[in-house]
Amino acid sequence: MEASKVIHAIYTDDDVLMSAVKKVKAEKHHIEEIYTPFPVHGLDKAMGLAPTRIAITAFMYGCVGLTVAIVMMNFIMIEDWPQDIGGKPSFSYLENMPAFVPIMFELTVFFAAHLMVITFYLRSRMWPFKKAENPDPRTTDDHFLMEIAVHDNESELTSLLQDTGAVEINLVDKEDAH
Amino acid sequence: MEYKISNRLRMGAIIMVVLGLLGVVYGFMDANSVTEDNISEVIAAEHHGHGDEHATEGHGDEHAEEAHGEEYGESASHVDDSHGDEAHGGMTKHEEHALHQIHNRPYSALYVAAFFFFMIALGVLAFYAIQYAAQAGWSPVLFRVMEGITSYVLPGGLLVLAIAFVADSHLFVWLKEGVTEVGHENYDKLVAGKSGWLNKTGFFIRGLIFLGGWSLYRYFSRKFSLAQDTADDNRNFKKNFRISAAFLVFYIYTESMMSWDWIMSVDPHWFSTLFGWYVFASMFVSGITVIAMITIYLKSKNLLEFVNDSHIHDLAKFMFAISIFWTYLWFSQFMLIWYADIPEEVTYFVTRIEDYKLPFFGMLAMNFIFPLLLLMNSDYKRINWFVIMTGIVILCGHYIDVFNMIMPATVGPRWSIGIPEIGSILLFGGLFLFIVFTALGKAPLLAKRNPFMKESEHFHY
Repeated sequence: MEASKVIHAIYTDDDVLMSAVKKVKAEKHHIEEIYTPFPVHGLDKAMGLAPTRIAITAFMYGCVGLTVAIVMMNFIMIEDWPQDIGGKPSFSYLENMPAFVPIMFELTVFFAAHLMVITFYLRSRMWPFKKAENPDPRTTDDHFLMEIAVHDNESELTSLLQDTGAVEINLVDKEDAH
Repeated sequence: MEYKISNRLRMGAIIMVVLGLLGVVYGFMDANSVTEDNISEVIAAEHHGHGDEHATEGHGDEHAEEAHGEEYGESASHVDDSHGDEAHGGMTKHEEHALHQIHNRPYSALYVAAFFFFMIALGVLAFYAIQYAAQAGWSPVLFRVMEGITSYVLPGGLLVLAIAFVADSHLFVWLKEGVTEVGHENYDKLVAGKSGWLNKTGFFIRGLIFLGGWSLYRYFSRKFSLAQDTADDNRNFKKNFRISAAFLVFYIYTESMMSWDWIMSVDPHWFSTLFGWYVFASMFVSGITVIAMITIYLKSKNLLEFVNDSHIHDLAKFMFAISIFWTYLWFSQFMLIWYADIPEEVTYFVTRIEDYKLPFFGMLAMNFIFPLLLLMNSDYKRINWFVIMTGIVILCGHYIDVFNMIMPATVGPRWSIGIPEIGSILLFGGLFLFIVFTALGKAPLLAKRNPFMKESEHFHY
């Protein structure tokens, strides 16, 4: 979207912010983004964001990790250099499986956890040397910032936001970074 | 919000008890119909069946391993069976051994079912105490359900002890005559060495102390919980907090010792240091499952309108988590023993994998894979019928878990889930339902003056 003009409404309390979000949503305005210094419980629901799909990716990554562990241990301990495990030289993966369970478990967790974090960063468009998108450094301390796109309804929005308890309302020209 | 046990439920429970009793009586009669006179025919009939099975399986490797396993089994775990042939007329050693196993079966079936339902109540008691000691805010709306279930601790525990008393050496080989007497045909050096702990008097004194402590806690916590309903301060709640913390300390020691006495001692040569924890995980997950099931049942009658989806969700999370905890302990016990492969330890698992393949691995599927896959999704934990179905699988799985702990030591390969086992389940299941639902009807279903009640009613995940 080419919404070049946005309004930044700044709040100093998360409860006030929550009720403001509900009011703005009730008036059918689109909230572009909210910047907070800490996670605010229930904010995603109030903003109407789609539920996260990270759990599904976690399950898939876990399955990948489990598969990697099985294939790897089968290659290392059974095929490439067959090992006598616990005095039971059967050279069968299935019969020696109990010995590999800790590895299977650990790699499942390892893959799920690391790939989930990487997915989260990429999905949030964060990577090394990225310039911060944060419009106001105070949102890293004790201020909350709500960003709303303006479509020739500046005065209406301003009065609405004033009613919701915003301590500061700025009209900003947004340079499109992406 | 008052609940009274419905006539239908009461009749159902009584019918279960009666049917169960018939099954149990049949089990005893059936077992006692095999005597010294006809044992050889029974074994011959058995062997005929076995022969067929082997012919169809017919793998060289398997046979070799079986022979290996039997060797362990006979030499390590059943040293105490070396009776002289001359003692019992024409019976061979093998025949006498088989006869004992056949006679042990109805006792073992009774004991397994009695312990299973008792452990549900005891697991709930521990869960209840944890809620108080942690001052949990989400669970007080479920307190009356838990108190109803824990009313079975005392009767259930006494029944387990009574069965142990009557069954005597049918369950516990260390109670056999002359086990500790040097020179006696039953003499067993290892058991004799443990006789300071493993003796009949000590067993029952300890059993009564454990049961007494748990019942005392249950009695006072119920009393304070009811008194809190009409109080105008939080004194009763604070008392409950204190006795719950004290109880948990007492419980974690006595539960462990109880599991050595009541379960692990059926294999008196074998021991495992985390056995107490393992049994605890089993009773904890069964208990939580029953809380969830009874809560959903009462909710379906519109009696628990203050219990919302989030409470069910949390119970299902516990079912999921403790199932995995159980698997973790089961595996920790199994892997070390399997890996080390020390004969006197590994015989425990060799007999189970040889003779109990289906229940042994089936239990893993029911207690681990089922809850893992069915309850992993967050949304499914809120679907009531889904929780009930998973709960049924978990409960069956943990019955089989107890079955696998007792049966291999008492009936060996002559196990089955037939009339004696199902009869015992019906008998104690009916008794459990009757006692629990009668107790549920004795107090309002909302512990209304609990200081955390408001938080609990508005609990939202």
